[in-house]
Amino acid sequence: MPGLEDLYREIILDHYRNPRNRGELPSPPARRVEGFNPLCGDEIVVYLLIEAGKVTDLRIAGQGCSISQSSASMMSSAVKGKTVEEAHALIRAFKSMMSIHEARLDQTAAEEAAGAEPEVKLGDLEALQGVVKFPVRIKCATLSWNTLAQALDGSA
Amino acid sequence: MAELTAAASVPPGRAQPQAQGSALPRLDVATVRKDFPILERRVNGHRLVYLDSASSSQKPRAVLDAMEHYYETTHANVHRGVYTIAEEATALFEEARAKVARFIGAPDVSEVVFAKNVTEAINLVAQTWGRRHLGQGDAVLLTHMEHHANIVPWHMLSAERGFEVRWLPITDDGHLILDDLDRLLEGVKLVSLTAISNVLGTANPVRRVADAAHAAGALVLADAAQHVPHVRTRVADMACDFLGFTGHKMLGPTGIGCLWARRSLLEEMPPFLGGGEMIRDVRLDGFEPTEVPWKFEAGTPPIAEAVGLGAAVDYLEALGMDAVRAHEIELTGYAMRVLRERHGDAIQIHGPADPRDRGGVISFCYKDIHPHDLSQVLDQHGVCVRASHHCAKPLMRRLGVAATARASVYVYNDESDIDVLAEALAEADALLG
Repeated sequence: MPGLEDLYREIILDHYRNPRNRGELPSPPARRVEGFNPLCGDEIVVYLLIEAGKVTDLRIAGQGCSISQSSASMMSSAVKGKTVEEAHALIRAFKSMMSIHEARLDQTAAEEAAGAEPEVKLGDLEALQGVVKFPVRIKCATLSWNTLAQALDGSA
Repeated sequence: MAELTAAASVPPGRAQPQAQGSALPRLDVATVRKDFPILERRVNGHRLVYLDSASSSQKPRAVLDAMEHYYETTHANVHRGVYTIAEEATALFEEARAKVARFIGAPDVSEVVFAKNVTEAINLVAQTWGRRHLGQGDAVLLTHMEHHANIVPWHMLSAERGFEVRWLPITDDGHLILDDLDRLLEGVKLVSLTAISNVLGTANPVRRVADAAHAAGALVLADAAQHVPHVRTRVADMACDFLGFTGHKMLGPTGIGCLWARRSLLEEMPPFLGGGEMIRDVRLDGFEPTEVPWKFEAGTPPIAEAVGLGAAVDYLEALGMDAVRAHEIELTGYAMRVLRERHGDAIQIHGPADPRDRGGVISFCYKDIHPHDLSQVLDQHGVCVRASHHCAKPLMRRLGVAATARASVYVYNDESDIDVLAEALAEADALLG
């Protein structure tokens, strides 16, 4: 039986209490995309600034639970400064970690994700792998990533 | 005192008069709990503390047995066969309808239409009565505390028919504001309101609204999803024209609910779904619908579910609805008191302050901890609460929150459940506060 410590890792709580890159960017030039989790009413807004094929800035607004907020915060730190292609690879790696079937939890989710995108280092984001043990919360963790994917597509 | 008489026919200890001072019947929760097999279950190493009955109640053994017995001994399609078990199945199905009719004080058993749930009951009214009577220049009056089931069907029909959807506002502590009711009723053909809010717990003055609505020439639909399971319901006293409720919130199975409406209305309304069971005749060039209530029950109905609902009604009547209500007021008052004493300003409880003005529903916010996180921590203690917008997003916006946590009580809950909740909240506070 998974315990709360699997979900609420210290680094997650840190990002929840001190969210990085919180705020807004003037839009345009930044692209603004909203994401909704209809289950709980969480709303997230991603502001994405892309210059010369690179994510030069992004900001996160909106509100949600500790998992959606910390995931968004970690995402913002991980994606800032990356090329659009690197950001896409990170999204694939993260979503792969989040879609690991429960039966395969003997292998860590992060290892699986690394298998899917071998060049990608998830780093702190691996702290979120415990979320897959709580299937209803996976949507909380992926909300900001899906929203980022939309923003990247729209500005490509 | 009819409840006490009813209680006398059930096993001793099920319901008994209070020891002294009051003539109110009282639930013996310890005995009631033994009737609910699921309460023997442990979750995450703890006993199950089920505080989500407003979402769906648990089922007593009597309901489970009735359904199993039906399938093992009697099942056949209803209103069709002329063989013995088909006749028995039909009799059981119609007997369940009669029990439900008695339970809500329906003057005529044919006024009880089986539907899947309240959602379907309201959609039925919208698509039959509403489609015939609502058009441009008309209005439907709803309240700010409605469930989506009593909003979206009207939005959908309004988009097609062009009538106005109008809103009755609420106070900060969750009461309807009725000062302006007469003006708001101008042009209104239907008032559709919740009898008890699934979020705030507010017990609304349906009778008062209905009297004003009738004086203005409007009909009234009461969403009684949180009323019928918890409060003795008499349709004549509520003075509504339509009333919807659902079985799974009143100890019965999922998949069956009811629409009650005055017979004259039902007769005048066109059918809802078309198919078998609801016809008198079908020709190459058309059809004749059959009489009420079957006119609204196309297709093979949920027979075992009706039998289970009938058993749930028997169970609640044996407990006595006055005892059920008294227990809920007492336990809700206890919960509000204990949560405030233990957690002070950290907890904000929405809705009316007086437990007599509310059902057994307590929505709350805890500091700025998201309800999802609260619910996750509570689950580790075996505590089940709902964490969401409760299918009432307009109300969430009115309250200025995205979501709340909601604890709701029923006949099998007691003070110890509330104590576990209060303790578990302290852990959530330590972790996330």
